Order: sequence, then structure tokens, then C-alpha cells
Amino acid sequence: MISDVRLYLNRLLPQLIALCVIVAAVSLVFPGFLSLEIQNGRLYGSLVDILNRGAPVVLLAIGMTVVIATKGIDLSVGAVMAICGATAAASITSGHSLAATLLITLCVGVLCGIWNGLLVAVLDIQPIIATLVLMVAGRGIAQLITEGAILTFNDPGLIFVGSGSFAGLPMPVVIWLVFGALVAALVRRTALGMLIEAIGINRRASTLSGVLTPVLLVAAYVLSGVCAAIAGIIAAADIRGADANNAGLWLELDAILAVVVGGTSLLGGRFSIAASVLGAIIIQAINTGILLSGFPPEFNLIIKAGIIVFILVLQAPRFRTAFAFLVPARGARKPTERAAK
Amino acid sequence: MQTSDHILQAIRIEKEFPGTKALDKVDFHLRRGEVHALLGENGAGKSTLIKCLTGAYHRDGGTILLDGEEVDPRDTFDAQKLGIGTVYQEVNLLPNLTVAENLFLGRQPRRFGMVDARAMNRQARDLLADYELDLDVTRDLASYSVAIQQVVAIARAVDLSGKVLILDEPTASLDAHEVAMLFRIVRRLRARGLGIVFVTHFLEQVYEISDRITVLRNGQLVGTRETTDLERRELIAMMIGRELAAEIHAPRPEAVQGPMRYRFRNYGSKGHISPFDLDVRAGEVVGMAGLLGSGRTETAELLFGACRADSGQAEIDGRPVELPSPRAAIRHRFGFCPEDRKIAGIVGDLSVRENIVLALQARRGWTRPISRAEQNRLVDHYIRALDIRTADREKPIRLLSGGNQQKVILARWLATEPELLILDEPTRGIDVGAHAEIVKLIEALREKGMSLVVISSEIEELVAYSTRVIVLRDRAHVAELDGHRITAHQIVEAIAATNDRRAS
Repeated sequence: MISDVRLYLNRLLPQLIALCVIVAAVSLVFPGFLSLEIQNGRLYGSLVDILNRGAPVVLLAIGMTVVIATKGIDLSVGAVMAICGATAAASITSGHSLAATLLITLCVGVLCGIWNGLLVAVLDIQPIIATLVLMVAGRGIAQLITEGAILTFNDPGLIFVGSGSFAGLPMPVVIWLVFGALVAALVRRTALGMLIEAIGINRRASTLSGVLTPVLLVAAYVLSGVCAAIAGIIAAADIRGADANNAGLWLELDAILAVVVGGTSLLGGRFSIAASVLGAIIIQAINTGILLSGFPPEFNLIIKAGIIVFILVLQAPRFRTAFAFLVPARGARKPTERAAK
Repeated sequence: MQTSDHILQAIRIEKEFPGTKALDKVDFHLRRGEVHALLGENGAGKSTLIKCLTGAYHRDGGTILLDGEEVDPRDTFDAQKLGIGTVYQEVNLLPNLTVAENLFLGRQPRRFGMVDARAMNRQARDLLADYELDLDVTRDLASYSVAIQQVVAIARAVDLSGKVLILDEPTASLDAHEVAMLFRIVRRLRARGLGIVFVTHFLEQVYEISDRITVLRNGQLVGTRETTDLERRELIAMMIGRELAAEIHAPRPEAVQGPMRYRFRNYGSKGHISPFDLDVRAGEVVGMAGLLGSGRTETAELLFGACRADSGQAEIDGRPVELPSPRAAIRHRFGFCPEDRKIAGIVGDLSVRENIVLALQARRGWTRPISRAEQNRLVDHYIRALDIRTADREKPIRLLSGGNQQKVILARWLATEPELLILDEPTRGIDVGAHAEIVKLIEALREKGMSLVVISSEIEELVAYSTRVIVLRDRAHVAELDGHRITAHQIVEAIAATNDRRAS
């Protein structure tokens, strides 16, 4: 049991180190970065802000991780966010209750996922092309729902989802913490995680071993659709309106980046939800950190690009073989750490 | 004398891959102006030998002499420059360029530093005229048939290299008329003094075109013979091995007494395998013999539901069953070790433990995970029982040797406690020790009353463990041998017998 925990921490170590380095660097430049205070029973501070602002990408990254583990990719999540945001706004303004609105929106997310999943699993279209269809068409669908305008609403219940707080934390943070824990438990407490990894590594061998490949593939895309639906609701509730053109714009790329930063290979197979969540938080920490540090925001994209390159280099097989001598060194260090404790 | 006679000599070529010896001191001599057929079953080492000759692989030992001089091609370009050209089954040209561009790619005639298209097209026409082809060389290569593309590839290879031409299964996707055209060209090149290596699985074509035949098996040279002196039956014996076979086969009365369990009637799938009847009793090993492409693997995939049957019925213990998918077959307690371990068997990045529990877990469904303690118990049991050599159960399976990977796949199925186990080439590409262990395991499972269907290219192996042998040819079951009739000799006879059905 203890060795399992250590193995788990070992897996997350690079992401934790990266996050600490970024937080430390920003707090040097901007001293108030680490301060937290409680006002009206709610926690405020830059760190909380990172967790809050990062909510949509964290949610997208959770679904994206599972899809990427099956050797797929879901480019449509940004557009699905727009569709679901528009659906939620249209539903609440036409007089449906909050519960009905949330249910309808989640169902729309499920439908989007089924569409993607069927294209990939049944028609055997390459995932990048299959999901590109909905990525392009999705914003058009969202515009049809909002009839080309920004659909605003002032239902307090829906707004609470975006800017309310629960147990001292902003609602979006509570939502992704709970949802992330649920998904992680779902894939790791059942055999789902292993079967998904098996499909991603060798689909034919998995099918021949009796794994229900098409169903699990569709399920992965449905999960991604549900994640995008929740992210879409949060994004819409945050600005109290549905913007079909800009909601979730380019966030599919941030989500993919978060998964990659989290160390899940785009070739499918082994995945970690927690690592992807950390990846998304790292990206948001960079965004927020650069803004607070007083750098011109133009630097944001350049630095982000630099980090992508750095992480891709770390994952490159040639780099790994060149630095393979580091691995035994790390293994040798472990016993001393244990002795120190 | 030897040097003037032989254009290419490969002496004691060795090549080793992790876990297997792909080429074990193989000699290969190619004369000037001959067509030399290189034969052997899959995994015999044909393509490895060719890749060593063309520099695609680096050989571990041995010498290559070209025109009597020692050469050491580092890559295929190097080999081309030295004079060894290769044409593969899938034409390796660029379909979206014109015929002329393909012929002169990388060496286009130039004028003032620009490609001189007119000169290039003229030269291309001249070049192809030698091959009785009058094409519009400015059209895309893709607009011509595979046969024409094949000839263009040959023209390019001969023009570039000009000493040795290696044809790797050039006729696999051609019809009879196109094959005749190709052979006319090959004969013409032979008359020009080229040494031509011809790799194929079609034995008729071997007898039609080749002057000499070299046979490889399990990475070893079986022999080189003049085609006219080599009988067809003897050739097949060389390919699949007979000299080691025990000619006398002890019948196993206890095996035949098991109750009838699986009955397939008129079972077939169009385009894959003609309808066949098959009965399997409990405690019986049904061997499947036949050359590559005879329908052995297709039969296995059909029985396991990996390929859908479009005719016939299947019965288990007298009750009709449907087998539309591997899942359905697994529910009826079937197990299947596929032929190509890497593509269809192992899940490379997953651990030995996960690979073993995969099929059992898939059958239980994802909602009922096997506890880690139970997994460990199961996996430790099979690691011990099958003597799987691995550092620990969490090691990724791709790091294991071929034989140990095969044992893990066997363990995956044994863990599901199958009643019918289908093994497709269970001993291919694994070392001798693991080989013997797997053969012993097959015997042990049969004695416990399991039904097995085993496909193998190794005749002596089939003779050793089969209670019945089905012989396949041209995607049909053509003969069944049992009891005293299971001898290597009889099996080879049945494989080699000319097929009347195809003529009609």
C-alpha cells in the first residue's frame, strides 16, 4: 500500500516540481502571490484564482486524457463548450428550471460525444479528422442556438455555478475537484482504466482478448463530451451569457497541452488523470503568473510555447536514450531518501 | 573461377534479433544470368537475408562478395550504387509523380540548373522501350496498373544498379496475364547477364521461371538445388522440414475416446476460407497443416469469431451456437493465440500482470475488477507454472523475449480456463528451449481433457502432438489424417498433391 502511494507520487513528481518552480518564480517577482485571505466566508488570493480560472481547461483535460489514452484525440471540445453554453443559456431564458437546464445541457454533451465516438469506433475514421467535423460545425450549431447574438441571462442559480462559492472555495473549483475525483475513482477502482489503456496500446489484441472495444471507445468520447458540457456551463455562468464565437475558443489545444504536460503520451496507453489536472493547473499558473508579474501579456504565448517544446524534448526517445544514465542514478538515490525519513 | 561465375556471393551471413537467431551462417550464391528462387515459410529468414544484402539491416557476421570483391552496403542507397537493386511487393515509388519523374527521381537530367523535362521524358521513353512498354511517361504513375508500376520499378532499379535485381514477391497481386508479361521481362534481363533473386510463395511460378532454388528454414540454409533436379514434393519437404520427423507415430487411443464437443458444419466465409466440416472432441489436438496462405489462419479466425462466418452452423455439445465475435467465442470458453504476436497478441506497454489478466477481466466486465491480490496470485501461479522468465510481474511485456511473450499470451488464455484453445503458430520465432516447453504444455493440456486446434508450419511438431491432422490447400480443407496415417510423409504428400478443384 505504501509502495503504491510512493509509485503514485513518483509519477506526479515532474509535474509537482514544475508547478512549484513556477509558483516560486512568480512569488519572487510578485510578493503578494502566495497570500490567501478569507472574506465573507470565501477564500481569496492568486492561488485560488488560478484554480478557479483553470476550471474549464482542467475539466476538458480530464475527458481529453481518457480519449488520448485510447490513442484518440478530441478536437471538438472547445466547440462543444460553445454548444453547451448556448444550450444552457437558451434553456434558462426560455423558462426551464435550473435542474432541467443542467440536465438538458449534459445530454447535449453526451450526444456530441456519441457522435464523435460513432465516427471513430464504428466508421473507423481517424480521431483527429472525426472530431474536426464537430470542431468546425460546432460553432455554427452554437450560433444557430443563440441566433447569432450573445445570449445573456440573470438566473441566480445558473450564475452561482460560475461565481458562487461552497465551503470557502469558488464553485468551479468545487465542481472540478469532485468531478475529477469521481472520474479517477471510476477508471481506477474498476477495470475501466486498464481496458482503456489496453485499447490504446493495441486495439486488435484487445478485441481478440474479448475487450468490448467499440463500446469503450464511444464511452471515452462521451466522457469528453460531458466534461466539455460542464466546462461550457461554467464558462457561460461566469460571464452570465453564451458567446457562441468565443466560448471555449482554442481551449481544445490547451486541454491537449495539459494532457501532454501531464505526461500522457499522445500515442495512447498509460494515463493519469491527476497528472493531467496538474498539467492544466501549470498552464493556468503560467497564464496568471505572467499577468501578475507585470510582463506584457504578449510573453504569455511565447513562454507557453517554450514550455511545450521543453516537455516534448523531455518525451523524445532520442533525448531519453541520451540521458538514460540519469535513471539508475535516480533509483540509487531513493534508498537514501527512505533512510533519511 | 568461382568469382567469374558468381555475380553475388553471401558467405556465412549471420543476423541475430533479441531472442532469436534470424540467420545462422547462411550461404547464398547467385550466378550471372540466372533467376534464383529464394524460398521458405514465413519467418524462415528470406526477408532478413535480403535486407542484409541490400543494407537495410546490418549483418552481425559473414561476407558479401559482389563481382568477387568484398562489399559492405551500409544502406539501400549504397547497395543501389554498388549494383544491387530491389523491387518490393508494394511498389515503393511515388504514385503522384509522373512515370518519367519516378524513373529519374534524384538524378533528373538538367539544363542550366533546371530539370530538363523534355530530355527526361525522352530518356524515360527510351528506357521503357527496352521493356516492351509504350507509355505516356508524362502521366501519373498511379494511373497505371500495379503490373505496369512493377515494371517501372524494375526499370528504375535495373537502370540504377544493373548487376543484381531482387524481386520480393513481385507477383503477389498480379493476374496470370500480367505475370506472363513480367516473366518475359525477367527472362530478357536474365539474357542480359543480370543475377535475379526471386522471392515468392507461388511454387508453379518458381518452376516456370527459376534456374536454381535456395531454401531457408528457421534462419538456416536447407540447401541450394537446380530447379530441374528438384521434385515438387522434395521442395515442399525442404521448406517445411521432414528429415527430423519421426516417421512412426504412436496412436493415442485414450485421446479419441473423449466425447464429441465441437461440431462445425459447412462453416465458411467467402473470400477467406471455403466451407468446411470440423469436429473436435474433448482431449484432442487437431493439427492444421498447409503452406502459407492455404487458409490455416483464416480457419482459426473463423472458429474464434474474429472473422464472421457467412455459411454453416456451429454446435457445442449438440446445441447450436452463434460465434459472431471474439467476445461470444470467449463466453463459450474459447481461447485464441494469434499468429502475429506483436500485432494481435501482446499489449506491449502493459505489464506481464495486466497482459495475463486481460482476457479474464474482459470477460468479467469492467464493473467487476479482479482484486490486486487475486491478480498477483493468478499471475504468480502462471509465471511459475509456465516458467515465464521475467524480472517481476510489473515488467512491460514488450521487454520480454519472444518465447516468454508467447507464454504470457498462453497464460492469458489459461487464466480464463478455456475448453477449446486455438493456437496459431504457437512456436514461431521463439528459441529452442521455450519451443520444447510449449510443445510439452500442449500435450499436458490435452491429457487434462482440453480440446485444442493447433496450426503449425513445423510438420514434425504437428506429428508429435496431433491426434488428427487437417491439411489445407488453396483456402480449403483438403485432407484429414488420423491414427497411423499421421506421418510427416503423408502430410507432405497431401500438401503437395496437385489440386483438381482449382483446375475445374
